[in-house]
Amino acid sequence: MFRRIEVNDRTAVGVVIDGMPFQGQAGDTVAAVLLAAGKRMFRRSAVAGEPRGPFCMMGVCFECLVEIDGVPNRQGCLIPVTEGMRIVTGGRQTEARQ
Amino acid sequence: MRTVGNVDELPNEIDVAIIGAGPAGLAAAAAVRPGRTVVLFDENPEPGGQIYRGITSSTPLLQEMLGPDYRRGKELVADFAAADVAYAPRATVWMVSADRELAVSIAGRSRLVTARHVILATGALERPFPIPGWTLPGVMTCGGLQGTLKNAGLVPDGNFVIAGTGPLLWLLAYQLMAAGAKPKAILDTTQTMFRAEVLKSAAPFLASPYLRKGRMLMREVRKAVPVISGVTELVAHGTSGLEAISYRKGRGEMQRIEADSLFLHQGVIPNVNMANALGCEMIWDETQLCWKPKTDAWGRTSIADISIVGDGAGIGGAEVAAASGAMAGLDVSGRLGLISDGERDRLAAAHRDQINLYGKGRRFLDMAFQPHPSFLLPADETLACRCEEVTAGQIRATLRDLGDVGPNQVKSYLRCGMGPCQGRMCGPTVAAIIAAERGLSPEQVGYFRLRFPIKPTTVAEIATMPFEEKDLRAVVRG
Repeated sequence: MFRRIEVNDRTAVGVVIDGMPFQGQAGDTVAAVLLAAGKRMFRRSAVAGEPRGPFCMMGVCFECLVEIDGVPNRQGCLIPVTEGMRIVTGGRQTEARQ
Repeated sequence: MRTVGNVDELPNEIDVAIIGAGPAGLAAAAAVRPGRTVVLFDENPEPGGQIYRGITSSTPLLQEMLGPDYRRGKELVADFAAADVAYAPRATVWMVSADRELAVSIAGRSRLVTARHVILATGALERPFPIPGWTLPGVMTCGGLQGTLKNAGLVPDGNFVIAGTGPLLWLLAYQLMAAGAKPKAILDTTQTMFRAEVLKSAAPFLASPYLRKGRMLMREVRKAVPVISGVTELVAHGTSGLEAISYRKGRGEMQRIEADSLFLHQGVIPNVNMANALGCEMIWDETQLCWKPKTDAWGRTSIADISIVGDGAGIGGAEVAAASGAMAGLDVSGRLGLISDGERDRLAAAHRDQINLYGKGRRFLDMAFQPHPSFLLPADETLACRCEEVTAGQIRATLRDLGDVGPNQVKSYLRCGMGPCQGRMCGPTVAAIIAAERGLSPEQVGYFRLRFPIKPTTVAEIATMPFEEKDLRAVVRG
């Protein structure tokens, strides 16, 4: 659903998305790298478990909540990727941390 | 400029705390005369806010695609970088009290610091655009798409549609086309220009810098992209994600477009959560159809030593934001005794002129692109509150049950506004529905009463904040 517009000189950053390795770029937010990886659904809504994806990409809608390095419910659009970062989608706020 | 990496590096007392690193915050920081401690807190990892997102790291090719207005951000960042200020990236200020105590969170740790002056420059956010299916994955805001393009150089692949009203639709479409991504269609919900209020404000607009830019963008985009004007209804369809959009032009039949992505926009409104929670006097702007803090030309609010500048004080665009930020920086400099009133006024003159220049035509833009009420008052089955999944119909039913109540009672009853976004996505909608159902103006209805923390913060983080003996004595008995 999203593609990179150019090959540029940004460093590649390897992340793990739902157990699968993916190459992002330095500077990507977690939300952006998930979009680049073809993810549309990031989580399930708290009340009815409906599929949800990022909406505002600027930290005000709280739809882009994903688990990052073991910590759930983090706003992906505000967090830059780092090498080896483990990102897990599909969570639902009401579920307790594993 | 030096960077603050954790809360321990902050002094207990700051002379000037600036919150937000968009054009207003950057200009405010650069305008404060040297000699005092100035800290700019930014929730993002790099300066630029939304409009200049990624300006410090985007490639020349991308900057070329984004256009000359975007590149203006480089000057602002350069002036900021040259200033004697501290920059705290990835810092969330989750509280500002009326006596200027700030709660700052960096890297999972919070701390309280005090400031002699606070300049809030937290900007705007998209006006909620609640349509059936707006919560489906694949539906995003135009601002969000533009930010993604700026941050990561990503464009939509496959069929995508842009819908709504306002200059951003045309700028975004133009930028996407420059980047090789063409929308399948633009669904324009702009009401007819031939309304008295619009025509009355046209003359000053003709003298403004906006006109020439706007016409060029629209012309170029219309050459390449099918544009459907006069759209009065929009629905997003899909099960696990967006699959199609249906729309109605005027009173015609619903038409269907297959699409993977839909980008919505019907203007931006001030992000009022901080001002509201602080207790600033707020005023309803009948032209922009939004609440904003009451401010004077220097950005001063109803609370002493707290100023609000930029789009967070009222929508004016990036140039006005930068000028208003500079005004507040100069004002604070005067009050700290760093410059004389005369010097302050001399330096402020150019910024006042800038604000006046860009003010011409603002009313026209506001009136021309005012959303139609049908896009502010969703149908019963549409979600008004995304976080707590409360429909417009539930709000209307609650008003029938409870009678003449306001947004805070509806919030207590239904939980709309209680989710993590703290009303940012639903506040205007809830208030508009109440106003319409009760036959009142939004001004009479009011807004949610917001409270700190204005961003969700864990109990653990609050409990582990450093405290002093006096803090302990304040709460422990005996």
